[in-house]
This record gives sequence, structure tokens and C-alpha cells, in this order.
Amino acid sequence: MTKLKNLKKSTKSNLITFGIVILFYIVVQILSGADLLTSSFSGQLVPICAYVVLAVSLNLTVGILGELSLGHAGFMSVGAFAGTLVWVLLCETAPAWLALILAFVVGGIAAGLFGVVVGVPVLRLSGDYLAIVTLAFGEIVKNFMNACYLGYDSTGIHFSLKDSASMGLADDGVVLINGAMGITGVTKASNFTIGIVLVLITLIVVLNLIHSRAGRAITAIRDNEIAAQSIGIQITRYKLMAFITSAVFAGLAGVLYSLNFSTLVAKKFDYNTSILILVFVVLGGIGNIRGSVIAAAILTVLPELLRSMNDYRMLIYAIVLIVMMIFNQSPQMIAWRKRIAERFAARRAKGKHPTKEVG
Amino acid sequence: MQFLSYLINGISLGSVYALIALGYTMVYGIAKMLNFAHGDVIMIGSYVIFFAFGSFGLNPILSIVLSMVVCTILGVTLERVAYRPLREAPSLAVLITAIGVSYLLQQVAQLLWTSSPKSFQSVVGLAPISLFNGELTISGETIVTIVACVVIMVGLIWFVNHTPAGHAMLAVSEDRGAAQLMGVNVNATISLTFAIGSALAAVAGALLCSSYPTLQPTTGAMPGIKAFVAAVFGGIGSIPGAFLGGILLGIIENLSKAYISTQLSDAIVFLVLIIVLLVKPTGLLGKKVNVKV
Repeated sequence: MTKLKNLKKSTKSNLITFGIVILFYIVVQILSGADLLTSSFSGQLVPICAYVVLAVSLNLTVGILGELSLGHAGFMSVGAFAGTLVWVLLCETAPAWLALILAFVVGGIAAGLFGVVVGVPVLRLSGDYLAIVTLAFGEIVKNFMNACYLGYDSTGIHFSLKDSASMGLADDGVVLINGAMGITGVTKASNFTIGIVLVLITLIVVLNLIHSRAGRAITAIRDNEIAAQSIGIQITRYKLMAFITSAVFAGLAGVLYSLNFSTLVAKKFDYNTSILILVFVVLGGIGNIRGSVIAAAILTVLPELLRSMNDYRMLIYAIVLIVMMIFNQSPQMIAWRKRIAERFAARRAKGKHPTKEVG
Repeated sequence: MQFLSYLINGISLGSVYALIALGYTMVYGIAKMLNFAHGDVIMIGSYVIFFAFGSFGLNPILSIVLSMVVCTILGVTLERVAYRPLREAPSLAVLITAIGVSYLLQQVAQLLWTSSPKSFQSVVGLAPISLFNGELTISGETIVTIVACVVIMVGLIWFVNHTPAGHAMLAVSEDRGAAQLMGVNVNATISLTFAIGSALAAVAGALLCSSYPTLQPTTGAMPGIKAFVAAVFGGIGSIPGAFLGGILLGIIENLSKAYISTQLSDAIVFLVLIIVLLVKPTGLLGKKVNVKV
């Protein structure tokens, strides 16, 4: 017990976060063992894990690096397509576990490489410009994957941006990506256990990064870039580090998400998906990793439970974004909350020491 | 001849982008914020015209004026309710709020008018002009769009440079604090900027939907984002820059649609944005601003 008390505050907080995830896993396993889960809920388990990973990784960019990324779904898409391609090609020939690991590795690396490509403008831009570049990137990925035809036959790999006929496949050819129809006939491979493992890996990496020397450098850049530069922090290096880490995990989440379905289409990963992830981050608290985990899980499950509210769901999300921002960030609101808190504190002090009032 | 036709259509589309970009660039220059909801104000304005002109048979000019009034009120209200409380807040908070507002408008439109596309009746009554023995046809919408854009542009430049309110705008965009000390009413100036930008959005919406007659809640989103690209391309904060950027972007988009790929035209437009930001982050006509400690 004394050992637990001596832990650093951040370590304790991290352990609580891991504890929540593991507890959730155990509870779900017990419930599913007792056959108490509805089919719609068990269908949501893998997407929950994917969205938790996405929210945590986006929080790294938004909360820790302090830059807004509106193209998170783009990284997800890149990871999903790369990982699923590897899985489709290997799941027949290689052992399933090896193919799966390779799918995740390739998906993560592909998304990371795109993170480098987008990360270069990150270094020159910030704020609104950066947000719009990431948005543009997400749209480019979506458009490109929608128009992308890929297949192979005995003569090699064929690729086209027009239609499947112009690939010129031989009779024995196999179409891998069929434009807007995407990849079809994928053997489902994701399950809840893989999802939870991915969530834990993400949390370990991201939380350790935040509390490391690099993480402190990143938050220093967020708080004041010029001051950080003046004490010798390499802006480029740390910004890229945060951005690429975020992209890699978005890619991994993409692989997890896509392997849960038998078809993969590019239009799933659009601007709305990026905004959805942003809502998770904002509602959970910008910069608060545990908040992202909880918000992503609850907001993924909630619409299933409140089906009658479905028409109003996005409307509510929009209002949540606006109200949360004004409540948390507006100077007048902050002053008002401070006044309220002081009044409560004063009242509590009065209640505790009634004798002081006499006289 | 084919090429000329694509080019003219591109200029017409670009004029619409330029009108929208004016709203972006003025708000960005003066309030220092990216008003993501600008594209959705266009959509709301188009719905107003759709009902006023298409359903109730109001005079087209009157419908556009009505739409401008509605959009102006909407724009000023949004600024007052959502953006003004956050004026001193970090830019990230303002940006997320603006995204929220954009989403809110889309969702409200979807609940009110459903997501099924409506076919918009053109507000332009001009007959198409045939040139070179019918080899080149220019539609009335194209001509009106280009003319309207040029007239508004010239009017706006005159307004900013020759009226007290315009001078106040320039002063606020230069240095908000100093402008306030000189007796400029900053709040009123920012409200005026939103009002002008939103009124222009209504005009842009009418012209956009006359040329591309499908109207749905997401109609404004993509042109809005592309117009922002145009504003960045031309140099954000600069009125002639918005015009130049809009026209160039429209031409690029239409030519890539015609000669490269319809599906990839959006991707090409966004690629232009990324290249511009990498090579010349201040845009074609933008000013370089040095960051001071």
C-alpha cells in the first residue's frame, strides 16, 4: 500500500486509465459468456476500440501538440486500405496470426509515411492553415481511393485511375481495389480482444510519450513556440514526432476497423468521420487522454441505445462542440466559473467554522 | 473551341468561388478567424431563394434581396452568439466552434428540409449567347455570374478604401488594439464585416445554384472549402487576391475535370492548396507578417 502511495501522480493516473480499459474488457467478457449481450452491442465492440484509438491519437495532435487536424479519417483510410490489402493477399497463404500482424504493421507504417508527407507542411504552418491542409489531405485520400483501381494477374500488378477495364487484366487476373466499390470479400479478422490489445498499446505509447522528455518538449511548443525554440527545443523534430505518432495509430485503428467488415469503401472515411473523432476529443476534454477513451466509448454506444434520437444525433454533436468551447474557453465564462467556485468555497468555509461568524 | 468553352465555364465557377472567398478573406483579415460556417450560410441563402422564387414565385431580384437580408441576419447573429465570446480565446477553440456552427447549420437544414436534393430553378432570365456560328455557347448564368463578380469586387474595393467604415475595417485588420484606442468601434466593425460577407454569400449561393441546380444541406460545404483554398491561393486578407485566387481555382478545377479526371478534380484543387502553402504560404498577393515575441 505504501508503494502505491509513493507512485508519481501521473503514473497513478495512467494506471487508472489502464484499469478502466481492462475492467471494461473483463465485464464484457463475463457478460458475453453469460450470453447477456445484445447482438447490436457486440457488433459495436470492435468499432468502440477503433474509435478509442482514434480519439486518443487525435488528442495527441489536438491536445498535446495544440494543432487541429481535420484529416484524421484520411490516415485511418490509408491504414485501412494498406492493412486490408496485406490481409487479403496473405490470409490464404500465411498463418493467420502472421498475416494479421503484418497487416497491422503495414497499415501503421503506411499511415505513418503519409504522416511524414503531411507533416512537412505542418512545420511551416500552424493554426487555421494547418487545419485546412489536413482537411485537404483527407479529401485527397478519399477522392484518390474512390478512383483507384488495382489488380494483379500472372504478368504483374495493374493499376488505373479510370475504371476496372482500363487496368488491362488478363483472364486469370484478380481485382483488389475496385474504385468506389473498394475492397470486397474480406475475411473478417478483428475481434474484441485484438481491439483491446490495440487500445492498451496505444495508451501505453501515447501516455509514455506525453510524460517523457519528448512529451514535455511537445507541450512546451504548444504553450509557446518561440519560447520553446529559444531554450533549444527542436521544433521540427518534436512536432513531427507527435504528428507521425498520431498518424500511425490512426492507421492501426483503420486496420482494426476495416477488418471488422467484409467490404472496405473509401467514402466511409470522410470529413464527417474526422469531425466525429474531434467531437470525442472535445467532449472528453482536450489534452485529457482518459476523457477521450471514455467519450469515444460512450458516444459510440449511445446512438445504438437511443435509436429514436438518431435524426438529432449530429445536431446534438454540433451543439456540444459549440457549447463546450464557449463554456471552457471564453474569458467571460472562465471568470464567471471562478466567481461561482469562490462563492461555493466561501459558503463551505462558513459551514465548517460557524463560530467564526459570531462577532 | 472546346477549350475556350471549358475556360469560360471555369471563369464562371471561379467567379462564384471569388465571391465566397471575399467573405472568407474579409472575416479572416479583420476578425483573424476562419469562419468555417461561411459555406453553410450560402446553403441557407440558396434555400431561401429556392422557396421564395421557386415555390412562391417571388420576383428573382426580390428573392435575392430577401436571401441577402436573411443571410446578413444569420451571419451577424452567429458572430454575436458563437464567435464573439471567444474573441480572446485560443485560435483552436474558435476553429472548433466554427466547425460546430457549420455542422449545426447543415443539420438544421437537414431536419427542416430533408437531405433529398431539390432542383433549383435558375434566377437568371438571360438567354444563352451563341458565338462562332454556334460553335461556342455561353449560358446566361455564366455571363451574369462573371459580371456580378466583377461589379461586386470593384464596389467592395471602393468601399474599403473610400468610406469611413471601410477605413475602420482596414484599421482593425492592421491592429485591433490600436484601432480601438483610436476610437474605432471594433465590435461594430467586425459585425459589419460578417454582414457584408454573408450578404455576398447569398449572392454567391444564388449564382452557384443557378449554374449547378442541385440544392441539398451539404451544397455549401465543398464550395465553401474550395473558396477558402481560393482565398489562401490569392493571399488571405487581400480582396484582389480573393478574386484572382477564385478565378484561377475555377479554371484549374474545370480544366482538370475536362482533361484529367472528373473524380480527381477535387483532389487536384486541394493539391494546389498544399503546393501553394509549401512554396508561398502568404499566397499570390498576400503580405508577409513577421511573428514578434
